[in-house]
Amino acid sequence: MNRYINKVTLGEKFKTYRKHPLSFVMLLIIFLGAILTIGTLLYLIAYILVTGIPNITPELFEWEYNSDNVSMMPAIINTVTMTFLTLLMAVPIGIFSAIYLVEYAKKGNKLVSVIRITTETLSGIPSIVYGLFGFLMFNVTFNWGFSFLSGSITLAIMILPLIIRTTEEALLAVPDSYREGSFGLGAGKLRTVFVAVLPSAVPGILAGVILAIGRIVGETAALIYTSGTVTGIPESLMDSGRTLSVHMYALLSEGLYMEQAYATSVVLLILVLGINTLSGFIAKKVGKV
Amino acid sequence: MKKFSEISMKAVFLLSACISIVAVLLICLFLFANGIPTIGEIGPLNFLLGTTWRPGNDIYGILPMILGSIYVTAGAIIIGVPIGVLCAVFLACYCPKKLYTFLKPAVDLLAGIPSIVYGFFGLVVIVPMLQNLVGGGFSGKSILTASILLGIMILPTIISVTESSLRAVPAQYYEGALALGATKERSIFRASMPAAKSGITAGIILGVGRAIGEAMAITWIAGNQAIIPDSVFSGVRTLTANIVLEMGYASDLHREALIATAVVLFVFILIINLCFSMLKRRNKT
Repeated sequence: MNRYINKVTLGEKFKTYRKHPLSFVMLLIIFLGAILTIGTLLYLIAYILVTGIPNITPELFEWEYNSDNVSMMPAIINTVTMTFLTLLMAVPIGIFSAIYLVEYAKKGNKLVSVIRITTETLSGIPSIVYGLFGFLMFNVTFNWGFSFLSGSITLAIMILPLIIRTTEEALLAVPDSYREGSFGLGAGKLRTVFVAVLPSAVPGILAGVILAIGRIVGETAALIYTSGTVTGIPESLMDSGRTLSVHMYALLSEGLYMEQAYATSVVLLILVLGINTLSGFIAKKVGKV
Repeated sequence: MKKFSEISMKAVFLLSACISIVAVLLICLFLFANGIPTIGEIGPLNFLLGTTWRPGNDIYGILPMILGSIYVTAGAIIIGVPIGVLCAVFLACYCPKKLYTFLKPAVDLLAGIPSIVYGFFGLVVIVPMLQNLVGGGFSGKSILTASILLGIMILPTIISVTESSLRAVPAQYYEGALALGATKERSIFRASMPAAKSGITAGIILGVGRAIGEAMAITWIAGNQAIIPDSVFSGVRTLTANIVLEMGYASDLHREALIATAVVLFVFILIINLCFSMLKRRNKT
């Protein structure tokens, strides 16, 4: 019997809506909003895939870039190295910052609130401003010129707030009993953090790092004026090199290689969507454990 | 020995935590140190209120770009906020669980798509679409085009913030309204939404920040004419596009003026951030 108490049949619903036509209109508008959003997303992805996939040719993945064949292979390799370099700098700093904020800082610490304000500010700064800052500091003041290193440091600063925030959340989710147990067994603070707390926070941190990879791969504005748009694979960190997104930007602004731009957009989209899905998948696994 | 490692690692953690402070200070230092003298040299009024941007003649007035950024952002809010809020209402109150596990990641994906891909999509889809719709020699690159694309780009921000603030409203509000005989829609819009208002406002502010700072997507579709637009169909150049377009070949005062443009953009962003954190603090108390 109990089951039926809160059930409203379709007929009853219909009756209510006939009495309140405005509510029915609102219902329709809400559904319209949802359909528009999802429709746009699906259309965008479908359009890029359908128009782009026929333009993907094996030549586009050859090692050498030249004006006859605007291969995206060097750009893909550059993207991988750029990602690796940036993570090398941002991940340790980000994780250490989060450890300080969560495990060491006392409540009501002035420094903590300053750090919070600055990370919030950092995450709000547009990427073009990062790019200009990197250009001014590394390329001009340090006289590095267009260089891979300049680009990756700029990106590292850009993704730092993301890594700090996700690591913080992961650390906060570790139950206090882990820490208490470790202390109870006689471990010091440092040992507790590295042996008891960090391992159980790893999946959460990983999800954040993967999200950061997505940001790095998709970034254009911060890189154009820091690491530059040279097409080859740089020989050293002080050389210029373009990542895949910058490659796409260059193709579009040259305007001569639209078919290749279509193909590049597919590769870029699949890469970033794949990375983000992976991150979401890992984050969900964490939620279950 | 053990003591030493404890203390030194604590110092390492502390130093890492300070890096974000150093980064913000450096960014402020480099932008302001390069930009403020330039603004002084051009003259603050000439720079901020000048309506002509002609680097060839050393005339640098960025009022068209400031207005362009504001118009485009306002357009994005007009288009993105209603759709985003409605979609969030759907996700929070109507969506069946099974559909939700599919829709929620989809909305998150929307946030992950690189802005250059959005720009490409705008260039090859939205621009020709508007060309056909409006007709009459309309280039398709205009405030309207940019607003539509930016409206799509800020959707995920608006949706996720609105949804979580709707979910944070105590269920009693909604149930109470239902018990008083209000329909489901009326309960949501009259009881839940007002309670979630400050959260939704925070989401809109975040969206404004994202829209005003967007550079790559806008460059392809806004037309980039450095003149004050007179209708939604005329082309605009935003502050961000100004930097992206001309930084590559600018030198001397021209380059300084572009850096000063970034300073103006940066100040806008700082103000938006301030609004956001003030709102957040007010919510907490």
